[in-house]
Amino acid sequence: MGSTGEGLGRRDLIKRSAALGLISVPTMSFLSACASGGEGTTKGPDKGAVTKENPFGVAKGGKLDVVVFKGGFGDDYAKAWEAAFDKKWGTTSSHLGTQEITGKLQTRFNGGNPPDVVDNSGAQKIKLDVLFKSNQLADLTPVLDAPSLDDPSKKVRDLLIAGTVEQGTQGGKFVSLNYVYTVFGFWYSGKLFKEKGWTAPKTWDEFLAVCAKAKEAGIGGLAHQGKFPYYINVVIMDLIAKKGGLDAMKAIDNLEPNAFEGNAAALAAVEAVYEVVEKDLLLPGTNGLTHTESQTAWNQYKAAFIPSGSWLENEQLKQTPDDFDMQFLPVPLLADSKLPFEAIRAGAGEPFIVPEKAANKAGGLEFIRSMLSREWSTMFAQQANSLTVVKDGVDPGVKLRPGTQSAVTALKAAGSNTFNYLYTDWYSEMDTAIQDASNELMAKRIQPKEWIKRAQAAVNKAAQDPNAKNNRRS
Amino acid sequence: MSQVAQGRGRGGFIAGFLLAPLALYLTFVIWPYVQTFGYSFTNWTGQSPTFDFVGVDNYAALMKDEVFRGALWNNLLLLVFVPVVTILLALFFAFMVNAGGRGGAGGVQGVRGSGFYKIVYFFPQVLSLAILAVLFGAVYRTDEGGLLNGVLIRLGLVDRLHPVEWLNEPRLVLWCLLLVVVWHGVGFYLVLFSAAMQSVPKDIYEAALLDGAGRAQTFFKVTLPLLWDSVQTSAVYLGIAAMDMFVLVSTMTSGQFGGGPDHHSEVMATVLMRNFLYFGKSGYACAMGVVMLVLTMILSVITLRATRRERIEF
Repeated sequence: MGSTGEGLGRRDLIKRSAALGLISVPTMSFLSACASGGEGTTKGPDKGAVTKENPFGVAKGGKLDVVVFKGGFGDDYAKAWEAAFDKKWGTTSSHLGTQEITGKLQTRFNGGNPPDVVDNSGAQKIKLDVLFKSNQLADLTPVLDAPSLDDPSKKVRDLLIAGTVEQGTQGGKFVSLNYVYTVFGFWYSGKLFKEKGWTAPKTWDEFLAVCAKAKEAGIGGLAHQGKFPYYINVVIMDLIAKKGGLDAMKAIDNLEPNAFEGNAAALAAVEAVYEVVEKDLLLPGTNGLTHTESQTAWNQYKAAFIPSGSWLENEQLKQTPDDFDMQFLPVPLLADSKLPFEAIRAGAGEPFIVPEKAANKAGGLEFIRSMLSREWSTMFAQQANSLTVVKDGVDPGVKLRPGTQSAVTALKAAGSNTFNYLYTDWYSEMDTAIQDASNELMAKRIQPKEWIKRAQAAVNKAAQDPNAKNNRRS
Repeated sequence: MSQVAQGRGRGGFIAGFLLAPLALYLTFVIWPYVQTFGYSFTNWTGQSPTFDFVGVDNYAALMKDEVFRGALWNNLLLLVFVPVVTILLALFFAFMVNAGGRGGAGGVQGVRGSGFYKIVYFFPQVLSLAILAVLFGAVYRTDEGGLLNGVLIRLGLVDRLHPVEWLNEPRLVLWCLLLVVVWHGVGFYLVLFSAAMQSVPKDIYEAALLDGAGRAQTFFKVTLPLLWDSVQTSAVYLGIAAMDMFVLVSTMTSGQFGGGPDHHSEVMATVLMRNFLYFGKSGYACAMGVVMLVLTMILSVITLRATRRERIEF
């Protein structure tokens, strides 16, 4: 105790408070985040009369609370939509454009007072599987079955690009509208290829050959967003789907015991990617770069290829030289592939949801229905430089940038040969585990066989998820 | 007025001042802990007010969680190295700045330009951790655009085609992070120790000098014992930094909330956050929080016990 012998000396007090600080400071910020708001009281939703023009019964002059992810697409499109919505329904919209979806909305979901429409996207999105498990998502099936705004004789469902409904389905229920249509694959500079006299490869061997030529020319072959192994996973998974066919893809989504292990297509795909590493055809240092760092290096002609989705062009708008001539390339084929070269991963991104406990749920549903009109779809294309899931939803007058144009061309060439994985939305933990393995593979710290083993272990673990019964595709 | 009434009045007066802070403390510090403890026995997803009671399942799973165990180990490593390295460096610099100079006619003084050094050393402390993460992100960048790689490649020590992947290298990542923390902390503790050293009466140093003590002897026999209280407090605070590390690890390393490559830089807080916000296993994450709480409590008791010394009065 204190040297003064009078109980608590000053120094002891300081020591004790320091000890208390040691306990509380590191843990407090996380723990206090754990505190939930408890059951909030949901006030009775405003309801209008249900008519043919107003299938969900939106109340005139109500309030609409919209939260959108303000990422690569900005949020101007949403403001334009809200203005249109307010004009039609006499509502007052409140708008929040943010990157911190989780930070801003978690307490609201917990408190039972979520917004009416959410664009749940970006790095800090709230995982859909988690929201679904917690019964926080409204069923959007009524929107699909409602009459379309453009042609009331047709249902909204009939105007969507194939796969949209499947992708927004969790546990057999349609809960999220993935609005932006995205294609995935490699990207290259048309200008660089022309200059060097390279042609876009169609087989993996040709791909490696271009990478080798790039290396001779003193630049990297393949760049990838090493800090986020998500991107290189797209390449691995697409190679598996193209070589093994759609069954190989579904085996992974359905968590089958031979999804990776004992699947020849999977091993061949991983070995093909590993060949890039082994032959030293990566952009030096790319394994530790962020997406912006590696994409910018690629924009500076430091590498021939980079994998990404079709948001790449919009994301890199400022870094891309004017004459870069961005071009899309479907993932090249391995020998004996079941799908043709033109086949691409195409899917809908930017999931819009309506929370189950939204105060103006009818307004939320009507908002979603309006998004699927040609008018709103064109608004989006103009403001955000991207395509939507509405079939022919963009006015032909809108001029597209070269990358987006090449993606549209590729999409047309693919026809019905598009595919899309679902496990990333269904099983976050499995996705993360496979990404970790890919990071190790690219850094040459594990071999393809070890990757297969780890990926299968992740699949087997996910199979124990209680939702695994419901999340099945055929 | 009687003595008793007077006493009671004073008691009420004091209680009035104590109750409000106590209530705030209970509401905003203790209550979340209690809640967390409760949640740790549930399968709460973090996105819903409904959940089931699952008993000690979360704790049982935690015992088998290799990622969490690895994170715990990393925290313990940092807990040893962060305070030791920071305090040693800070003490050394503080001594040089205050008493390390050549004893001239005036007796005890710092090395030449010590006032300037004191200011420069303090610079890192004014930077927030977020800025630090960006700054050192550029230092550790894995291609030749990174400061370290750029210099090493220029010097011919590293192959241009195979730069060092600092934060993507399992054996290096933790040490790279340690360096950032130490770089950040040394200046502050240098100033703290300087202040403590300056409060030591000069005649003690002069006596030591007259007795023929060298710099090393002066430091170990005179400076260090007189500074012990400051060193102890520093150890506790650096312990806090080492047990946390969340901001740096989550922003600088790969993986959801950091911890990469392949969990090699994982600390408990990053595992907790990933489970809490990304995997939707908030109940499980709360169990981690409780374990962290217990561990830090044990460690703080040990730190204070182990560093207890007889106080020297001057």
